[in-house]
Amino acid sequence: MGASVGLGASEIAELVRSKEISALEVAEEHLGLIESQDPNLNSFLQLASAAAIAAAKEVDAKIARGEDPGRLAGVPIALKDNLVTRGQTTTCASQILKGWKPPYSATVVERVSSAGAIAMGKTNLDEFAMGSSTENSSFGPTRNPYDLNRVPGGSSGGSAAAVAAKFAALALGSDTGGSIRQPAALCGIVGVKPTYGTVSRYGLIAFASSLDQVGPFARNVKDAALLLQVIAGHDSRDSTSLESPFPDLISHLDKGVRGLRVGIIEELIEGAAPMVGEALMASARSLSDQGAKVEHVSVPAVTYGLSAYYLIAPAEASSNLARYDGVRYGLRVDGQDMNETYVSTRTQGFGAEVKRRIMLGTFALSSGYYDAYYVKAQKVRTMIIDSFQNAYDRFDVLLSPTAPTTAFELGAKASDPLTMYLSDVCTIPTNLAGHPAMSVPYGLGENQMPIGIQILAPALGEVNMFRVAKAIENAAPTITKGLFWE
Amino acid sequence: MADNSIPSDGVEGFLPGWEMVVGLEVHCELKTKTKLFCGCANSFGQEPNTNICPVCLGLPGSLPVINEQAVELAIRIGLSLNCTVDKSIFHRKNYFYPDMPKDYQVSQYEKAINENGILELPLSKKTVRIERAHIEEDTGKSVHVGGDGGRIHGADHSLVDYNRAGIPLVEIVSAPDLRSAEEAREYVTELRSILVASAASDGKMEEGSLRVDANVSVRRQGSEEFGTRCEIKNLNSLRSLTRAIGYEARRQVALIEAGERVVQQTRHWNEDQGITSAMRSKEEAYDYRYFPEPDLVPLEPSTEWISEIRTHIGLLPAARRERLTALFSDVSSGPVYDQIVTAVGLGLDDLVVGAAENGADPRLALARATNEVASDIGNLPRLTIEKFSDLIKLESQSKLSATQAKTVLGKMLESGADAAGVAKSLGFEALDSTVIEDLVDQVIGSSPKEWERFSSGEDQLAGFFVGQVMKLSKGKADGKIVTSLLRSKRS
Repeated sequence: MGASVGLGASEIAELVRSKEISALEVAEEHLGLIESQDPNLNSFLQLASAAAIAAAKEVDAKIARGEDPGRLAGVPIALKDNLVTRGQTTTCASQILKGWKPPYSATVVERVSSAGAIAMGKTNLDEFAMGSSTENSSFGPTRNPYDLNRVPGGSSGGSAAAVAAKFAALALGSDTGGSIRQPAALCGIVGVKPTYGTVSRYGLIAFASSLDQVGPFARNVKDAALLLQVIAGHDSRDSTSLESPFPDLISHLDKGVRGLRVGIIEELIEGAAPMVGEALMASARSLSDQGAKVEHVSVPAVTYGLSAYYLIAPAEASSNLARYDGVRYGLRVDGQDMNETYVSTRTQGFGAEVKRRIMLGTFALSSGYYDAYYVKAQKVRTMIIDSFQNAYDRFDVLLSPTAPTTAFELGAKASDPLTMYLSDVCTIPTNLAGHPAMSVPYGLGENQMPIGIQILAPALGEVNMFRVAKAIENAAPTITKGLFWE
Repeated sequence: MADNSIPSDGVEGFLPGWEMVVGLEVHCELKTKTKLFCGCANSFGQEPNTNICPVCLGLPGSLPVINEQAVELAIRIGLSLNCTVDKSIFHRKNYFYPDMPKDYQVSQYEKAINENGILELPLSKKTVRIERAHIEEDTGKSVHVGGDGGRIHGADHSLVDYNRAGIPLVEIVSAPDLRSAEEAREYVTELRSILVASAASDGKMEEGSLRVDANVSVRRQGSEEFGTRCEIKNLNSLRSLTRAIGYEARRQVALIEAGERVVQQTRHWNEDQGITSAMRSKEEAYDYRYFPEPDLVPLEPSTEWISEIRTHIGLLPAARRERLTALFSDVSSGPVYDQIVTAVGLGLDDLVVGAAENGADPRLALARATNEVASDIGNLPRLTIEKFSDLIKLESQSKLSATQAKTVLGKMLESGADAAGVAKSLGFEALDSTVIEDLVDQVIGSSPKEWERFSSGEDQLAGFFVGQVMKLSKGKADGKIVTSLLRSKRS
């Protein structure tokens, strides 16, 4: 293990730019740690060692030539394996895409590369991002770096675990119903779901298009802001990408929270474990100590989030995942005729949770059921937006637990999908509203596992959200527990 | 398009006591530079699977971005069909088929960009309601090898070419307002003219840029209720369209008259056998599970943009017909009007109007355009308005006989040469009137009995003398001059 391991992204970029350390050393040190320790964690599905070394040398060469190496010069980054990478296997942790090498790269992948970040490889996830524990990966589960018997959360569990385990300073994940924030909370790091449309979805393999959003993982709030600045901004290849320029988060980070109005969502405390509720109240008190005006607020419609989500997300998924039919790429299991080929390919290629959601979604969109399920769920979605709007008329940001519990043990919820779905009860409403939200760590629970606090903001409210996140980070108890390899 | 050889499969006098009801869905490829959602070229005839990219292949992670030019051309179509152009959204139409890269088609379902228009048929003077003209993406093209008649069932294997996937289409849906195969043909002909005139599509049925599905039902004459309909898919020529509709209506009448029921079905037209056959029934119909396409935002064309687009639309067929009609006195029907409709339908109206502006006789120009030029329409680009005008003038000045003029025009279309040059090379120099008079005298001398009968008033014998003179002159004499000479010599 070398000197750069454990440093934050901003620090590494600064050291690399000032030639105190080379990008190559940083890459080699991180790759070395991954190679020795990831077999225990299984956070990476594919390691891009050769490409990472080449990219690091290129960054060093740029610096030697006096060129600008970019804001993330030499920073090791992990990419969730549902972001397409040109020429590098991209699987969504599914057998149906096993070995598929895309001919193009996602916009976010291009942006982090041109900012000088070094992509270390592709991280594990619940198959097609469907799950909350990374146990639905068809390539084996990822484990929690603070306790290898526990899950890292999901679906971006590989990215969260890799950053928490110091395998990379940064990671990209995707968040459809909490898939960045929940694993960030369970792994004790920062995870951000930006406003829908802020970050390009071009090259993010779709789960539920109207909810999916790419976002950053980092070990501190400033690094998360830095990565978000790099990936945010208009992309003409994504029709849902917003035209408005993304604000400079970093210059606002240390402005404090004096005068900010913070509301604690009552409905989301009720189901949380007591230690999680206590951490939430402690973080709220720290904000109030720093000058924020903190009150409780009722956002009644959030309680319908889970039900609406499990109609809308599967409905979109049933259509988005239709293309995996064995005709053009990925797995193909030949049958007697076209229909049998479709059925055999999809039966063999998809795992149980993916099939469950495809069936749910197909049913919800079927003629005769569409109005009762899909249309009604969309109306609930509008209700949730209105309900949040009422709260944001009086508050700048809202607060809730990120997840009702800390990391649970592997297998604890795997056989009961409904219990598993409840892991996302706090995070889902934000996706339905298209709003931003993020998770920041707030110490350990009595079981010595990390707890995350969720900060929610109205659309494009990232500046205030990050100010509050920074204030909570400043007040949060440090995580004293060592990683599995420390 | 002016296919006069099509046998009438129409309803008139053919299904006594019955009426057929037809609505058409016409898919037309838009003439854009690029595909509907990506930057691939919108072109025809390339090597299979060479004009593709992650977006039109529907690769994982790819996203559609709407082509502005496609929206503009779709709006042109809507305005040309007197539709209301308004805010619209896209839906996904979900079904599995190998030539659909995403296994769903992006189309407009609940709210189309163009709704509630009309199309006036020039010959039957009928107004057909247009329900909608919406934007959608084309699929790839499958080739089924082996098995029965190029269909996937029973094929040994299938090949797919995705070059066509993502080509922008507008589907124009008529109300069930058509009542015969002839009206259906007239509708498609007129619609095609509108699409070409508005420069939205090249309207080439033979290249598949215009494809027609027909909904056909029958009912007892006088009945207000619609019968059960069948949809016949993929009618790719006017001949197929009229034959298929005629066949299908007869099939349905025969069923009902035999005491059976028409079953709602999608049917396939077999051109070789001249019959339709069932593809799938209503019970087997796909549930397309339509829902709003989350990867695209609603289309909201501003009124300013729509007004601007209106100014880009060229002269439409109705206006083109008026332009021709104005060259004549009082033609709203009859043979000249029919020729006007044909000329506009074939895009020959500029030629006729141009010739008239150059001082040529419009009636003669119209006749030559809709007969000789129409029969060799592929060579139209070789014929300039000037050369055509000169030809018409030579004929009306009797420097060429009608027969000669037709021959000369044919050669002009083949070679692109000018009228005088072709006439000279064929030796078609107009005969001097004294030469003609000599020939007339010669014929009178050799047929004294006929001449006596003609002189005593048997006018119909004029044709006999003209024919004789033509024979002697090898067609070079002008019939009109011969007739007037005969008349003057009789008195």
